[in-house]
Amino acid sequence: MLGGEQGEAVREALESQIAVGEFFGASRFVPVTQVHLTVDWEVMGAAGYAFLEHILDLGGKVAVPTTRNAKSVDLDHAHKLRQTRSLIDGERRTAELVRRLGVITVNTCIGYQSLYQPHFREHVAWGDTGAAIYANSVFGARTNFESGTAGLAASLTGRVPEYGFHLDETRRPNAYCRVEARLEDVADWGAVGSIIGEQHRDYWTVPLIDSVQANPSPDELKHLGAALASYGSMAMFHLADVTPEAPSIEAGLERDEIKKELTIDADQIETVLNGGQRHGEAVDIVVFTAPQLSLFELRELAKLLDGRRVHPNTTLIVTTNAMTKAAAAEEGYIAAVEGAGAVVLQGVCWYLMEPQRMRAEFGWSRLVVTNSAKLANIVKANGYEPMLRRTKDCVECAVEGRVVG
Amino acid sequence: MSIAVMTFRVRQAIGPVVDGPALVDPVPFSARYDLDRETGRISRAGHPLEGQSLAGKIILCPGVQGGVAAGWALLAMKALGHGLRGMVFQRVNPVIVQGAQAAGIPIAGGVDEEIFRHVQTGMTVRVDPVGKEVLILEA
Repeated sequence: MLGGEQGEAVREALESQIAVGEFFGASRFVPVTQVHLTVDWEVMGAAGYAFLEHILDLGGKVAVPTTRNAKSVDLDHAHKLRQTRSLIDGERRTAELVRRLGVITVNTCIGYQSLYQPHFREHVAWGDTGAAIYANSVFGARTNFESGTAGLAASLTGRVPEYGFHLDETRRPNAYCRVEARLEDVADWGAVGSIIGEQHRDYWTVPLIDSVQANPSPDELKHLGAALASYGSMAMFHLADVTPEAPSIEAGLERDEIKKELTIDADQIETVLNGGQRHGEAVDIVVFTAPQLSLFELRELAKLLDGRRVHPNTTLIVTTNAMTKAAAAEEGYIAAVEGAGAVVLQGVCWYLMEPQRMRAEFGWSRLVVTNSAKLANIVKANGYEPMLRRTKDCVECAVEGRVVG
Repeated sequence: MSIAVMTFRVRQAIGPVVDGPALVDPVPFSARYDLDRETGRISRAGHPLEGQSLAGKIILCPGVQGGVAAGWALLAMKALGHGLRGMVFQRVNPVIVQGAQAAGIPIAGGVDEEIFRHVQTGMTVRVDPVGKEVLILEA
């Protein structure tokens, strides 16, 4: 490859991987079966677009199945949401370009719930933090967080340098957290992730979580992982008796590698979920996103909204991927959610959609209500004051048009 | 001519040797959510360096934060003419290293924490990935 026999694009990609591998002391490459890329206009801009054009000019083509993460524009709703012409055009051009590279434009951050579930010890290269932490933790697959350029390199060469979470020693727990609260909603699991994440804020911290709440759903694990990755930059967690590489609590605690211990009780969860109070205050915007909603989550929303109306002064936004939206439409869930006045977007995540500009366009207040701890973290950088609430409370806020519950 | 006044070892480093003015960031660096990529300035409200430009600076920081988008952010800033000149951290994650590599910005990890007791914003520093060193220079 380095001799250019497989083309300049592959040669350049491998050179970049060798440099990163050398930084982390990798001694060899491991083949990957699948790559997931963050390549959208809002995130990468003109410089990223030029980078992709360069790869294409060199004859680049993906060597392993490569999927694309959520993007910033749903063309069916872009006008209604007053998105800019430059963003819409940029997204359209980006989609065309990445297809020419061979990328499958599924535009989803929940491919692991709807497309591809790597098996235990399978090496992949995933460029979405919520997806990567789910792959490592729940499937026992192996990936680092991969930037857009590094993910593209992996898709061209079909391999990654072996460092970080591809190695056994990085995957062992080095922090411990006991959760002494019943967790009844995805927001509770996100709150746990936010508390642990804020305590550590380190990619190399791998918490062993011991929860009284057994048998979490995939969506609850999804929100736990997304929050740990967002607040803590973490790429892996173990949940005792749930995830495949979790050691027993006794064995885990005996390890002298456990550097920090933490206990989370119900009061702490309630503080995260009710921080700021603000009862009775008008709610302009309620968002279910980050990660995109699964079929089961859309089913729950359909039940909660069926026969009800979102308050006329409130906008309720829901995001999912095209596959899940189609399945949910078949089941009648989309009709129930949209019939209540919600906007269901596909192929996007709301925080990528220039939420700061959207707030200015529509004159929304800074308050945003959501059941996603990850979203609550991110939109602070966009000038919002997020309120994390359980799913049913978010729906009540949307219907009442004010903070309730 | 520059004379090294203090030298600090780093565990990991790649990229070319560079000199430049130091920008000392006391909180984990997020290339995506702390910055306005259009202006190259720290934009996050309440950030200790709010309003400061990163253009041409060598950032020195204990750690990094943030996800995958940081990689694209470094490339975008460079293309817009206000890219960082170098980056020095105690702890890194893969994305910041991958992003630095793609943008051609030298990066060092595992720097001796002693450096933070000596370096101040505005001092001239050198990142030497070949020698695995960071130097505080005197003009």
